[in-house]
Amino acid sequence: MGGYILKRLISAVPVLLGITVIVFAIMALIPGDPATAILGSYATPENVAKLNRDLGLDQPAVTRYFIWLGNMLQGDFGRSFALNRPVLDEVVERFNATLILAGTAFVLCSLLGILAGVVSAARQYGWADKAITFAVLLGISIPSFFLGMMMILIFAVNLRWLPVSGMYAIYGGGDFPDLLRHLTMPALALAVVATGVIARLSRSAMLEVLRQDFIRTARAKGVPERRVIWGHALRAAMVSIIPVLGIQAGFVLSGAVYIEIVFQWPGVGRMLVDAILKRDILLVQGGVVFVAACYVMFNIVVDVAQSLLDPRIKT
Amino acid sequence: MTRFLKLLIRNRLAALGGAVILAVVVLALITPLLPLQAPNVTNTADRFIRPFSPGHLLGTDHLGRDLLSRLLWGTRLSLAVGASAAVIAAVIGAAVGIVAGYFGGRIDNVIMRLVDMLMAFPYILLALAIVAALGPGLMNALIAVAAVNVPFFARNIRGITVGIAGREFVDAARLAGMGHGRIILFEILPNVVPVIVIAMSTTIGWMILETAGLSFLGLGSQPPQADLGSMLGEARAALIAAPHTSVVPGAMILAIVMGINLLGDGVRDALDPRLRSGALTRPMPATSVRRETVPAPQGGGVLQLADLETRFEIGPRIYRAVNKVSLEVAPGECLGIIGESGSGKSVTALSIMGLVASPPGVITGGAAYYRGDDLIGAPYRRLRSLRGDRIAYIFQDPQATLHPLYRVGDQLAEAIRVHHSISRAEAEDRAIDLLTAVRIPNAESRARAYPHELSGGMRQRVGIAMAMANDPDIIIADEPTTALDVTVQAQILSLLDDLRRERGLAIIFITHDFGVVAQLCDRVAVMYAGRIVEEGPTGTVLDAPAHPYTRRLIACVPELGQGRRRLEAIPGLPPAVDRLPAGCAFAPRCDKARDACTAGDIALERAGARAVRCLFPEETLT
Ligand code: SF4
Repeated sequence: MGGYILKRLISAVPVLLGITVIVFAIMALIPGDPATAILGSYATPENVAKLNRDLGLDQPAVTRYFIWLGNMLQGDFGRSFALNRPVLDEVVERFNATLILAGTAFVLCSLLGILAGVVSAARQYGWADKAITFAVLLGISIPSFFLGMMMILIFAVNLRWLPVSGMYAIYGGGDFPDLLRHLTMPALALAVVATGVIARLSRSAMLEVLRQDFIRTARAKGVPERRVIWGHALRAAMVSIIPVLGIQAGFVLSGAVYIEIVFQWPGVGRMLVDAILKRDILLVQGGVVFVAACYVMFNIVVDVAQSLLDPRIKT
Repeated sequence: MTRFLKLLIRNRLAALGGAVILAVVVLALITPLLPLQAPNVTNTADRFIRPFSPGHLLGTDHLGRDLLSRLLWGTRLSLAVGASAAVIAAVIGAAVGIVAGYFGGRIDNVIMRLVDMLMAFPYILLALAIVAALGPGLMNALIAVAAVNVPFFARNIRGITVGIAGREFVDAARLAGMGHGRIILFEILPNVVPVIVIAMSTTIGWMILETAGLSFLGLGSQPPQADLGSMLGEARAALIAAPHTSVVPGAMILAIVMGINLLGDGVRDALDPRLRSGALTRPMPATSVRRETVPAPQGGGVLQLADLETRFEIGPRIYRAVNKVSLEVAPGECLGIIGESGSGKSVTALSIMGLVASPPGVITGGAAYYRGDDLIGAPYRRLRSLRGDRIAYIFQDPQATLHPLYRVGDQLAEAIRVHHSISRAEAEDRAIDLLTAVRIPNAESRARAYPHELSGGMRQRVGIAMAMANDPDIIIADEPTTALDVTVQAQILSLLDDLRRERGLAIIFITHDFGVVAQLCDRVAVMYAGRIVEEGPTGTVLDAPAHPYTRRLIACVPELGQGRRRLEAIPGLPPAVDRLPAGCAFAPRCDKARDACTAGDIALERAGARAVRCLFPEETLT
C-alpha cells in the first residue's frame, strides 16, 4: 500500500510541473507589455520598469519560468500589489474558507447522490425512481448561481430562516453554530448539480451491477434484499462511482467560484475574480497553481481509496 | 434514421425538450424582426417596473430598460456564444484528437500527456487564468470556454480515430499511395464527424452555462451589451428589491439547459440499443408469478415440479422457455436435466427458487412443491429463508458468480450467518471447515483470498462449499463444471457424488453433457425447446434411448466424460421458443418426421420408470 501511494505521488510530479508550465504559458499570453497591462496606461514609466524587474520580465521566458518555479518551491508566490501582502498568505487563508464550503458540498453531494441513485435503481420505474429522476434532471439543469440567488430570496429574505450571505455574522458571530447557519445555503446550492450527476451515475452503475451473476448468487444464498442492494450491489457499484466522485470534486471546486460570489463567501474563487478585475496577475497565477495542485493531490486520495476498495487493482 | 426519429418522438420528454429548444432558437433568430423596444435605451424614470405592466410585458430593470427585449437579445447572444464555443472547441479538439490518434507513437504520447494535464485542472481555474491573461470581455470568455473544452473533444475523438486508423480501408488507402492529409480528410474524417456532432450537441448546453457563468462573474460580456449571464449578474444587486429582474434571465437559462438535457437524454436512449431491448432493467428479488390455477401435488419426492411454465416477455414477444415441465427428485437421488443451450433447462432450475431475472421472466403456471409446500408464489420472506438454507444452488461460472470484492471466507460465512444467528468468529471457523470439506488445501489462508486469486477449479469448490454451508436438502447445480478442464471436472463430480452419499442430498444436475450424466445421475430428463421429451433411469436411457433426439445426443458423445462439448453435431438449430411450431418441436431436425408429428400436441407417454414424447419412438417402452 505504502509503495502504491509513493508511486502515485511520484507520478503526480510531472502533472504538477505541467500545471505550472501551462499557467506560465497562459500568463505569457498577456498582450503587449504586461507591466503596462497590469498597471494600466496611466502608470509612470518608473513604476512600469520596477514592475518589470519585480516580475523578472527583462529575462528570457525559460529563465523566468525557472525563477518563478524556484520561488514557489520555497513558498514565495510573490506579492499581491492590490492587497500588498504575500500571495501565498492570502491564498491559504482564502482557500481555507473554500475548503469548508466545497468540502461540505462534496460530502453532501456524495452521500445524497449515492443514496438517491441506489434508491432509484432499487425501485426502478417506481414512483420514487420517477421522482428522483425528475429532481436530478432539474438539479443538473439549474445554474448554481441562479439557484443560490433563489435560495437567498426564499430562505433568507422571505422566510428569514438563514442569513443572506457571508461566512460569519458581523456582530457576535464566529462560533460553530454561526458558521453552520451561514454554510447551509451555499453548501446546498453548490452540491445540487454534482448530486444530480452522481445520482444519475450511481443509478446506472447499480442497474449494471444488479444484473450481474454474483447478485443472483447472493440472492440464491438467501441474503436479505436490503443487504443485496446496500451491501453486495453498492460495494461493486462503488468501483465505478468513486472515479466520478473525483471528477465531481473538480466541478464542486469550480462551482464554488459562483457560489462564493452569490453568497459573498470569503473564498479563493471570489479572490480570483476580484484579482482578475483588478489585474492582480500574481495573485491569479499563485491562486490557480495552488488550487490546481491541491486538486491533483485530492485525486491521489481518490485513487488510493479506489485501490483499497478493489483488491483487483494491482498496488 | 426514421426509426431513430420515431423512438425520439415516442419519448415524450425528449420531444418536449426538443420543442422548447426549437422555440427558443426560433425566437432568437427572429428577435431583430420583432417589434421590441430597444434593449439598451435607459429610462431611469421607469426603473423596476413589475412584469405584466402595460408596455413592459416582463417589466424593466434597474436602468428602466425593457426586460422582454433584453431577454430576447440576451438569449440570442448567449446561444450564439455557447454554440460558437462548442463549434470552436469541437473543431480544434477534433483536429488534435485525429492527429494524435492517426499518427500515434510519440506525437500521440506528447499530445495526450498535455491533454491529461489540462484535464487535471478544475475547469474553471483554467478559464479564469485565460480570462485573466486576455482581460475580461465576451470574446475572451468565449475563447476561454472553448479552450477549456478542447481536451474533452481531443480525448474522445482520439479514441475513435485510433479504432478507425487500424481498419483495412485505411491501410488500403495507404498502400494506394495516398498522403496522410488526404487519408485524414477522405477516410478518417467522414467516419469521425457523426461522433463530433453528437459530442458537440451534448456539450452545447454546458457551454451556454459556462459562458453565462463567466458573464455572471462580470468577466464576459461588458455593459451595455448583455447576455443572459450578465443580465443575471447585474440583477443580483437588486435581488431583494426587484426579484423579477433576476428570475427572468435565470428562468431562461434553466429552460434552455433543461431542454437541451432532455433532448440529449432522449437521443442517448434512442441510440443505446441496450435500453431498447429492456436489458438495463434490474431483476427483482424474486421472479414475478402470474398464474391462474395451481396444480395439486402428485407423487412424492422432496421436490416436485408440476406443469411449471416460465416465460420471457420482451416487448410484444413471448418466449416460452419452460413449457409445462413436471419432475421430481427424492432424497439422496441425483436427477440430471440435459439439453442444448436454450432448451430451458437452466430456466427450469432457476424458476424453482424464483431466481429467474424478472423482468423479463414471469412464471405463468405450475407449482414447485418442496416437502408439500408450493414455492411458486410463496412470499418473498419464505423464499428467502429457504434459499441457500434448504435448497442451494451451484452456478456455472464461479468467476462471475462469486462477489469479486469480498474474500471467499467472508462470502461463505455470510451464507451461514444469513440463516443462523452465530457469531462472526464461529461462522468463519465453519467457513474454513467447509473449505476443507471440499478439499481445498490450506483452507485457512485460502479463506482470506479474493475470488480472482483462485484458480477456476478452486473457485468452483468454493461455490460448492457455499451451497453446502447450511446442509441443504437439495442442491441445484447449473452446469457447474462447464467452465473447467477435464481433470478438474472429474474431481468436482466425484466430490459432489461423495457429498451426496455422505449427506443424503438430493441433487438436480443441469448439463449438456451426457458423459457427466452417466457419471453422476440416477435418472435423467431430456429437455428440448422448453419441454421434457424423454425421462428415465440413466442406464436404460443411455442403452436404449427412446426419443430420436436423445439418440442423436448420445451418438455425438464420442467417449463418456470427456470435458466440454457442444451439441453442434446435430444438424439444424433448436427452434426459437417465441415461434414454436405445432406438434413436435424437433420435427424439422428429425429424420423420422411425418405429417402426423406436426399435426397437434404430443403427450409425454409414461411406461414404468420411463417416459417419452414422440409418435414414433426408437424403442417401445414397456
Ligand atoms: S414426434 Fe415425430 S418428429 Fe418428433 S421426434 Fe418423434 S418422430 Fe421425430
